[in-house]
Amino acid sequence: MREITYQEAVREAMSIEMRKNPDVFILGEDIGVYGGAFGVTRGMIEEFGSERVRNTPISESAIAGAAIGSALTGMRPILELQFSDFITIAMDQMVNQAAKLRYMYGGKGKVPMVLRTPGGSGTGAAAQHSQSLEAWMAHIPGLKVVQPSTAYDAKGLLKAAMDDENPVIFYEHKLLYQTKSQVPEKEYSIPLGKADIKREGADVTIVATSIMVHKALEAAKELAEEGIEVEVIDPRTLVPLDEETIVQSVMKTGRAVVVHEAVKRGGYGGEIASLIAESEAFDYLDAPIKRIGGLPVPIPYNPELEKAAVPSKEDIKHAVKETLQRV
Amino acid sequence: MDALSGYSVPKGIDKQKLIDLYKQMWLIRFFDEKVDEFFAKGMIHGTTHLCVGQEASAAGACAVLEERDKITSTHRGHGHCIAKGADVNKMMAELFGRETGYCKGKGGSMHIADVEKGNLGANGIVGGGIPLAVGSALTSHMKKLDYVTLCFFGDGASNEGSFHEALNLASIWKLPVVFICENNQYGMSGSVKEMTNIENIADRASSYGMPGVAVDGNDIVEVMNSVDEAVTRARAGHGPTIVEAKTYRWKGHSKSDAKKYRTREEEQEWKEQDPIKRFKELLIESDVFSEEHAEQLKSEAKQMIEDSVEFAKNSPMASKDNLLEDVYA
Ligand SMILES: Cc1ncc(C[n+]2csc(CCOP(=O)(O)OP(=O)(O)O)c2C)c(N)n1
Repeated sequence: MREITYQEAVREAMSIEMRKNPDVFILGEDIGVYGGAFGVTRGMIEEFGSERVRNTPISESAIAGAAIGSALTGMRPILELQFSDFITIAMDQMVNQAAKLRYMYGGKGKVPMVLRTPGGSGTGAAAQHSQSLEAWMAHIPGLKVVQPSTAYDAKGLLKAAMDDENPVIFYEHKLLYQTKSQVPEKEYSIPLGKADIKREGADVTIVATSIMVHKALEAAKELAEEGIEVEVIDPRTLVPLDEETIVQSVMKTGRAVVVHEAVKRGGYGGEIASLIAESEAFDYLDAPIKRIGGLPVPIPYNPELEKAAVPSKEDIKHAVKETLQRV
Repeated sequence: MDALSGYSVPKGIDKQKLIDLYKQMWLIRFFDEKVDEFFAKGMIHGTTHLCVGQEASAAGACAVLEERDKITSTHRGHGHCIAKGADVNKMMAELFGRETGYCKGKGGSMHIADVEKGNLGANGIVGGGIPLAVGSALTSHMKKLDYVTLCFFGDGASNEGSFHEALNLASIWKLPVVFICENNQYGMSGSVKEMTNIENIADRASSYGMPGVAVDGNDIVEVMNSVDEAVTRARAGHGPTIVEAKTYRWKGHSKSDAKKYRTREEEQEWKEQDPIKRFKELLIESDVFSEEHAEQLKSEAKQMIEDSVEFAKNSPMASKDNLLEDVYA
């Protein structure tokens, strides 16, 4: 099978859908000839034209609202936000409007839209362009939250997000855009709420999201050389969350390490850890659940400091060994 | 004033000030050209937004300020920073991620602030600084501090809600703030013609009951005069003004911009309006300095930037020991 990048996978999923469904359109800043801040929509305006690949002014609140309003009235918009940090400007529209309209209206109307946006650190863009704010979104009833870690997952999950009848926040990661994996040319869908076991193992379960899946896999590989078999679970979607796969894995291994890039305090890892603690897996735990996440600090500019602010492969290895009381 | 023959310049702008301004414009240009060069070599990382071609609006607007006055700046803020009196050594050190940088290596290009000199900071969020400027003006008003805040923003930023909300507030409270729109024709790839349906961003002033003027932003004298008038008005308690400086960003938006949204001819036309060249011609014509003196000022500016690179290179890297410092006061 051919390999394509995560960025191409996202573009391909959108293009396939737009060819089929005239109600689907994209809106966002610089998504036309510029091709989007990270090049994801490159070439799309040539194929679909400026009516369906709509360049917007720099007005996140207005464009989120326009997406929501058009979704409510029969379109299926995809909103590209240049950096996930700018969701703060669209917050009223996403949190007080998109997430709540259907419920408040007693089930009348729906908001089938996808807000795609790159999150995470690693490019030196510093504190206002490097955050991981997914826990905010996951907290809000009415929103779904997706975090693909591979090109394959990105394509299939975006298809599911576009088919979904609800507002979905689709977090891409800047550093994953150029990573490749095998991706079928044909259309396929990965259901929201279905975790993926990225590596099987019997000793410790790591639940990792987005770019941390890759760091967890690297850590797992090195730990295997020391005879430690790690299972790596990628929930892929935070809302809905595949509780079953996580609980089953921890029942098997008896140990859990939860990793994400976002600041640990108030992060989604707390949710996963509590889920494990509240489940039948609790009785199987041989060690306390470990959570690793970003330090409680805005992402600094200096590259060494930037790296130090978020979990590393070494941090993950260390946590695994701690749960095994091997440090 | 008659510092320039045939031109009026604001009170307080004497010959020496004009000479200093000329040098300052070169300092801004050389700084950003150097950043461009080091970025291409991979010696500066992250992202940078250069203001080459826009020197007149930064230097001209800040020229009429008093030391106590304040500014808020944008992601394209190196020029504003220099014009408000920043030390280029500390700026370059910041871009190199050094401990001696303005933000101890934690902020980088987009977040340089020099609060002591009245620079309340560049901003990575488009439109993010506009309400902050209003707050700064509110302090001046409430504490009767008699300082004015200049608020720099781009044409693109004027489409953000924060712009409209901030202008309304500044206007109803008659705050001492001057909104300076550097209309460089583009917000990233979106041309101002495509993204607004009005001739001048300054026309938006009328919605908020304040004056608005659009000037040739490549003519530093025009910028100085219009900003001076707005600052005087603000200081006298008559409230805010929008000054729109029409200019052009010579370089791409940031790294990796293929500039497919505009033509070479357009770029060439604007380059012929080089604000530094125009100012030099004016100063020679008015006998403020000679061609040789102009050359000398230019090379002094160039040397200062070379020195700033040395300073940056010789400074210690930001230390991981300080990673968690400064999150809280
Ligand atoms: C809220 C927000 N939206 C989008 C961006 C991405 N972005 C950074 S600069 C820029 C263009 C800003 O244009 P303008 O205000 O005209 O300033 P200029 O770059 O022309 O100086 C964009 C879209 C951002 N940093 N913040």
